[in-house]
Amino acid sequence: MTILTFTLILLAGAYLAGLAGSLTGLGGGVVIIPLLTLFFHVDIRYAIGAALVASIATSSGSASAYVKEGITNVRLGMFLEIATTVGAVAGAIIAVYTPVNTVAIVFGVMLIFSASMTLRKKNEQILTEGSRMSDILKLNSTYPSPEGPVPYKLKHIGRGFSVMTIAGVLSGLLGIGSGALKVLAMDTAMRVPFRVSTTTSNFMVGVTAAASAVVYLQRGYIDPGIAFPVVIGVLAGAITGSKILMKINVNALKLIFSIAITLIAINMIYNGFNHKF
Amino acid sequence: MKAQIKKKLTDYDMQQLIGQVLRVGVILSGTIAGIGGIWYLFQQGSGTPHYGTFTGEPAGFTSLTGIYKGILTGSAAEIIQLGVVILIATPIIRIIFSLFSFILEKDGLYVIITLIVLSVILFSMFGGLKV
Repeated sequence: MTILTFTLILLAGAYLAGLAGSLTGLGGGVVIIPLLTLFFHVDIRYAIGAALVASIATSSGSASAYVKEGITNVRLGMFLEIATTVGAVAGAIIAVYTPVNTVAIVFGVMLIFSASMTLRKKNEQILTEGSRMSDILKLNSTYPSPEGPVPYKLKHIGRGFSVMTIAGVLSGLLGIGSGALKVLAMDTAMRVPFRVSTTTSNFMVGVTAAASAVVYLQRGYIDPGIAFPVVIGVLAGAITGSKILMKINVNALKLIFSIAITLIAINMIYNGFNHKF
Repeated sequence: MKAQIKKKLTDYDMQQLIGQVLRVGVILSGTIAGIGGIWYLFQQGSGTPHYGTFTGEPAGFTSLTGIYKGILTGSAAEIIQLGVVILIATPIIRIIFSLFSFILEKDGLYVIITLIVLSVILFSMFGGLKV
């Protein structure tokens, strides 16, 4: 295989990864790592570098629209970024002392968790009573809807902050956005309305990934020959995804995708235990 | 323009600004990486990829001075890396813009919160974590 064919196949794969990631809300990075390691037999460290860059690209690309529409809670994102960036830097340090096969196993477990998260019910309930902490930190806000702005309040800020730290560590260690954990922290613990939590999580992924990407860039994990087809492919896929998202029924797609992701995850865990990385 | 600055900056203005910063960053980095990528395929497209074993990237790809020197010699890979660096810088620049917005909004609490996030990233950049 020449570099030209490698690039073209990777470009197509990254496009599909970006498309699937955008339609299911998992993000592009989650699919990029198995694609590179299992299919192209690329070393997982290069795959992590490429996935980080892909996460930043999709996060920044889609966040720009959501922020302008006022759905994203910028203050909530900013506050929780303390947790995710500290976690991400810790994750990047832990990565040095973690054997690559262990990284692959942790990645597989995280993948199964993410897949199951896409199938769970959304948080539609909106709190009218928030906690004192939420008030002090000015996290209560509104989001736009066809019927005008909807006000919402939050609680369990400390619990959400702790889960965010774990999300940051995993993001720094595995090179993914850990969107699933971020949504878990915001939806389940802090009771952030679903539309706000997904867009705010997306908004935070860029900063979280950048916090560890600066380390991985210096460590030489980010290869230009892998990075450019991945970034362009994932971005193009995410754009297509956002255009067709409203027109198709994603529920069936989410189910198929979750099953596929789980099989990939089992494959990664199996290979990890057999020291194939 | 001046009348706009004098007017009190609102959350709405900040949202538009942040959204714009992110969009420009992605378009700029994507374009540079794309141009570098096409050129890279012309230069090295017929070679064989060797990503199965991790060797780490040479210094030319991992530091700004290395990337700058590479671009001067006309190497396409460094142009891609420049695009990647701009992409990584985009969320960081977004934080800096948020910081100024919070200062103009006189939101002291969020000025501090934003400064903390910025220092964590700067520590990550210059903290010698590359090992």
